[in-house]
Amino acid sequence: MSNADLAEMVRPDRALTPLYTDADIFTEEMERIFKNTWVWVAHSSDIASPNSFKTSHVGLEQVIVTRDKEGKIHTLLNRCRHRAASVCEKRQGKASVFVCPYHGWSYEPNGRLRKVPHKAGYPAEFDSVEYGLVSLRTEEYNGLIFATFKQDIEPLVDYLGPARKWIDLFMKQGGGYPVKALGEHRFRFPGNWKIQLENTTDAYHFPIVHKTFLDSLDAESENVFDVLGQGGWVEDLGNGHSVMVMIPDLIDLEENLDAPIPQRFMDLAKELAEEGYPDDQVRKIVRAVGGAGFNLNLFPNVACSMAFFRVLRPIKVDETEITHVAIGMDGGPAAANRMRLRLHEHFQGPMGFGTPDDAEGWERVQRGARSGQDLWIMLNRGVDAPEGCAEPGHNAGDVSAETGMRAAYQMWKRMMTA
Amino acid sequence: MTIMMDPDIASIDVPTLAEATAFIWAEADMLDRLDYKQWLPLWTENGRYIIPTERGIDDYDDRLNIVNDNAEMRAARVKRLLSGFSMSSAPPARTVRTVSRFVQLADDGGLTLRAAQIVAEYKYERMRILAADVVYRIVREDDGLKIDRKVVTLVNCDDYQHGIGYLL
Repeated sequence: MSNADLAEMVRPDRALTPLYTDADIFTEEMERIFKNTWVWVAHSSDIASPNSFKTSHVGLEQVIVTRDKEGKIHTLLNRCRHRAASVCEKRQGKASVFVCPYHGWSYEPNGRLRKVPHKAGYPAEFDSVEYGLVSLRTEEYNGLIFATFKQDIEPLVDYLGPARKWIDLFMKQGGGYPVKALGEHRFRFPGNWKIQLENTTDAYHFPIVHKTFLDSLDAESENVFDVLGQGGWVEDLGNGHSVMVMIPDLIDLEENLDAPIPQRFMDLAKELAEEGYPDDQVRKIVRAVGGAGFNLNLFPNVACSMAFFRVLRPIKVDETEITHVAIGMDGGPAAANRMRLRLHEHFQGPMGFGTPDDAEGWERVQRGARSGQDLWIMLNRGVDAPEGCAEPGHNAGDVSAETGMRAAYQMWKRMMTA
Repeated sequence: MTIMMDPDIASIDVPTLAEATAFIWAEADMLDRLDYKQWLPLWTENGRYIIPTERGIDDYDDRLNIVNDNAEMRAARVKRLLSGFSMSSAPPARTVRTVSRFVQLADDGGLTLRAAQIVAEYKYERMRILAADVVYRIVREDDGLKIDRKVVTLVNCDDYQHGIGYLL
């Protein structure tokens, strides 16, 4: 497929259906996008101590994210340089060495080849330095670890650009403690990865798809989750990134600490006070415990979504895996982290009150997209953002605008036709 | 196992294995028929319904679970599943399940059992199998047997699932 053909498939306000259904386009996306930009691979708390690791993916490529004994983070292709066997099949753990189970080649957490058994069988000029695990460029911003196959790419901080402000705001839900990953829900749906990418910046579906979640809340919380009715907005942050603010009152969790404590957090506030936490700290923790009032969508595979990280992993043109990482307060009160876990379980996960309906909706998109390959996916929704919300110069629309999707598809077009 | 003959416990009539398995089969049948309104009163007041994301653990409250329901959350869950407004459960996948391979673990005033559960689910041209180890604690109350605890540990609980629009 030529660049001109691909370019024609994305217009400013619409995208053509084969973007969801064409296996050749998917193959090109894995090369031109996922092997060509910064891709989220882990949170720093996943590999908190020296010689810890976590397995992850960059597009279709399997990687091990490690922290070596000096504390430096590496992202290594999970493939022995001898005859390709994977060198690690654990999700997470500690290891000072990765030994290939097939012929015993061993690698250090920084990727260096340490030892080759029966080395006498190789010519004298065999140089171990040439046979380390393939190492990706890896950088971190405020706990978010990204890796890339593109060694000469711009620094991560430049790629994130104005999104950094929102990452910093998001991390305030540590309530004064560092943010820590507490556990993961993982699920797949039979649909294209971009359907999920769109969804994180789609407030329009919320009251329809998540009616039963809203119905399960107390009246006060139901008002908080009236995401279309609070003057929020969607803002294009460049490079395909966008932020969707649904609850403007919960943008900065360190502000407004004197406001009355919501009903659903009263028991927690009482418990923390009884444990001896001073009032100002109780208020800070309790305000942070429900998460932030916005979704930050980072192209192509991660979102800081209200109270969790949403990570997408393309599997096939019509299959995608989603990980919802529950986060909490590292070293914070156990009661607050328990409350965060229960809130996460309430909406997220394969049997949450929200996720299964999202997954069903995305599957229905993929099923519908089998028909009408010549039809457009419409992304033209949106009126002006409320005055004075978005940063000057940023393209922005009202909270239910499809501005974030348009931003992502323009980035898709830029990368696919480069 | 030996149990302390505490006066409160000694007076309790522990369910037999035969009673408990018949009760568990009736529950499984209820869940396949989506008879959730009849299912709610099968539980004790403090009963916990847990579907973990990790195997080999016993502290569920400080971990992330797929489900960790008390009575209030169970009632809310049933309301949601029967509301007709949840697209993943209106209609849900059809299910057919069996529970078997019962092993008696303890009788500490109630009967704790370990069992295997196999659920076949069908929706949208596709059949999936969900296998799980299930631990039940069954107790006898004035109006019959009750579930005091049910922990459904999927064989792949620490791997990916699909959306599940029914009860396990």
